[in-house]
Amino acid sequence: MDYFVNKKGYYGKFGGAYIPEMLYPNVKELEENYLKIMESEAFKNEFASLLKNYVGRPSPLYYSERLSGKYGVKLYLKREDLNHTGSHKINNTIGQILMARFLGKKRIIAETGAGQHGVATATVCAREGVECVVFMGATDVARQKPNVEKMEMLGATVIPVESGNKTLKDATNDAIRHWISHPDETHYIIGSVVGPHPYPDMVARFQSVISKEMRSQLNKQTGSPLPDKIIACVGGGSNAAGAFYHYLNENKVELIAVEADGLGLETGHTAATTAAGTPGIIHGSMTLLMQTGDGQIIEPYSISAGLDYPGIGPLHAHLFDVNRAGFYRATDQEALDAAFELTRLEGIIPALESAHALAALPKIKFGKGEVVVVNISGRGDKDMEAYRKHLLAEKRMKFKKERFKYLFWKFIK
Amino acid sequence: MNRITELFNKKKRNVLSFYFTAGHPEPDSTLSILKSLEKNGADMVEIGMPFSDPLADGPVIQQSSQIALKNGMTIKKLLAALESVREEVTIPLLCMGYFNTVLQFGMENFCKTISQIGIDGVILPDLPLEVYSEKYQAIFERYGIIPVFLITPGTSDERIRQTEKYSKGFIYMVSSASVTGAKKGFGNEQLAYFKRIKEMNLSVPVMAGFGISDKFTFNQVSDYAAGGIIGSAFVSHLQKEGASENSIGEFIKRIVK
Ligand SMILES: Cc1ncc(COP(=O)(O)O)c(C=O)c1O
Repeated sequence: MDYFVNKKGYYGKFGGAYIPEMLYPNVKELEENYLKIMESEAFKNEFASLLKNYVGRPSPLYYSERLSGKYGVKLYLKREDLNHTGSHKINNTIGQILMARFLGKKRIIAETGAGQHGVATATVCAREGVECVVFMGATDVARQKPNVEKMEMLGATVIPVESGNKTLKDATNDAIRHWISHPDETHYIIGSVVGPHPYPDMVARFQSVISKEMRSQLNKQTGSPLPDKIIACVGGGSNAAGAFYHYLNENKVELIAVEADGLGLETGHTAATTAAGTPGIIHGSMTLLMQTGDGQIIEPYSISAGLDYPGIGPLHAHLFDVNRAGFYRATDQEALDAAFELTRLEGIIPALESAHALAALPKIKFGKGEVVVVNISGRGDKDMEAYRKHLLAEKRMKFKKERFKYLFWKFIK
Repeated sequence: MNRITELFNKKKRNVLSFYFTAGHPEPDSTLSILKSLEKNGADMVEIGMPFSDPLADGPVIQQSSQIALKNGMTIKKLLAALESVREEVTIPLLCMGYFNTVLQFGMENFCKTISQIGIDGVILPDLPLEVYSEKYQAIFERYGIIPVFLITPGTSDERIRQTEKYSKGFIYMVSSASVTGAKKGFGNEQLAYFKRIKEMNLSVPVMAGFGISDKFTFNQVSDYAAGGIIGSAFVSHLQKEGASENSIGEFIKRIVK
């Protein structure tokens, strides 16, 4: 079984490039050149050097003693949260800004959900000295304020998107529409392993540095490059693709993808695409997506803006289809609890997205002493608003308990 | 013979076509809009099948699609509403929309049903030529449905020739690098592109679309192409002035007068 993209741009029955003709020249140009460029010495050297000196790679593989104790395994955290700009997203934007330069493009557009990809794009554009326009759903602009401010400080123009549900899907629509209207000189830096071929493959390759490092780090720390299980959250699926990439053909390594379940599958307010979705086309790719029987795309829901997407990348649809990866779900509440657990056990505040990966831990059956890697895709600075609310709720609960105790003892006396 | 082919055999210039979104402005306005268009001189009509995420459309058609979906429009309902359209409308009709909705309906089922109704062609901008030829050409041909493909200012001559090979009724020449939406006029760059296409002497007629909004822009494209397709401007008009026969007549008069 081969899990990588074929010559025509498909992973099994998923993938392809279902794009209007207006996008064909740009997508074709990218398809014809991306591998050549990525494999050139000039590109490879500059990419490696920037990942090391600018992003701060390799990101540590940290042995979490206390989580290990709790779950009876050897649990490692892959610390993508320690990257420059706070998430794995920069691995991709560094790669794509170089790609844009090698293609001779002078202007960058991007979509963003949580704002992490927007910040990572604005960052590399500032460094490269090129114009950057970021499309962001108006709902997300409101719930991820600090990232909007960062993008603006970095010199990017943030365009709030008012169409649809005003979240990631709509931001992606408008970024694509803008690309249709500005085909010359503009490169679209897509933020995940989604979109028309060759984007899913290109982004997966840029993110694959995560599993490349994991292999050598595990080898040093455990004596084998192979863990038993790798766990990552999936919005579009780029951090998971990166964490799985160099293990795809290692069939004894169990790959676990965790999707955002919002308020729970049965409520309909979910973003768990493999559970709630069917095959169809979104943003130029044949994949699994949440849609009505009539083929209208359904608005997803998750507390995490980065996972609030009605599709998944075609690679993941394929891994699901052929059972190469296990798919779990975590609700808003489970993710919040997991974020607090990691914070209090290890002093690491994870992004809400990454917290979904952690939230799968209690749901998975582990063999004793198994080696498990959880990909911590980002840090939680941008999520403090959601965490503050959780903290308040926690305080209120504590107060109620104390008061109950007090009244109880008073009554007894 | 397919009505589209017949039309272009008879009429080589100033072919006037319209696009509107089914289910907009009213849930059940489709049939009466078609009748009014024919009565007032339209040569051909593209019936839009609304989609939640119309990637190639500007704000006007995005909004009409949202309204149509709110009005409950689906392919099933549209085809039911069109069941006896051929008793009242004789001009060529096409269905236009995004591939996903047709994919969910089933391509074979779709082509079969529309051919029974008497729809002549289909335009699915995000169904690429390659996928069409590999997977769907046989179905289209079995039911005598004409596929219409888009070319744009960025399409290479080589690809235009390839598109020509698969085209039967007409080729849809997208006027400029943009999503749908009304324009005030076409500049030198666009006119040079129209001229380039005209000089390619394609074996199928070319219809210009995107940005054609009035008499002036229609005449501009008609100098180079067989005619033009008016979409957003017509949809805005329906939104503002309603879909009565009078309102539609007024709109067309302003273009052909
Ligand atoms: C920290 C973090 N993790 C995960 C994601 C989800 O994206 P993907 O599934 O492509 O990794 C995001 C997206 O914004 C993110 O910011």
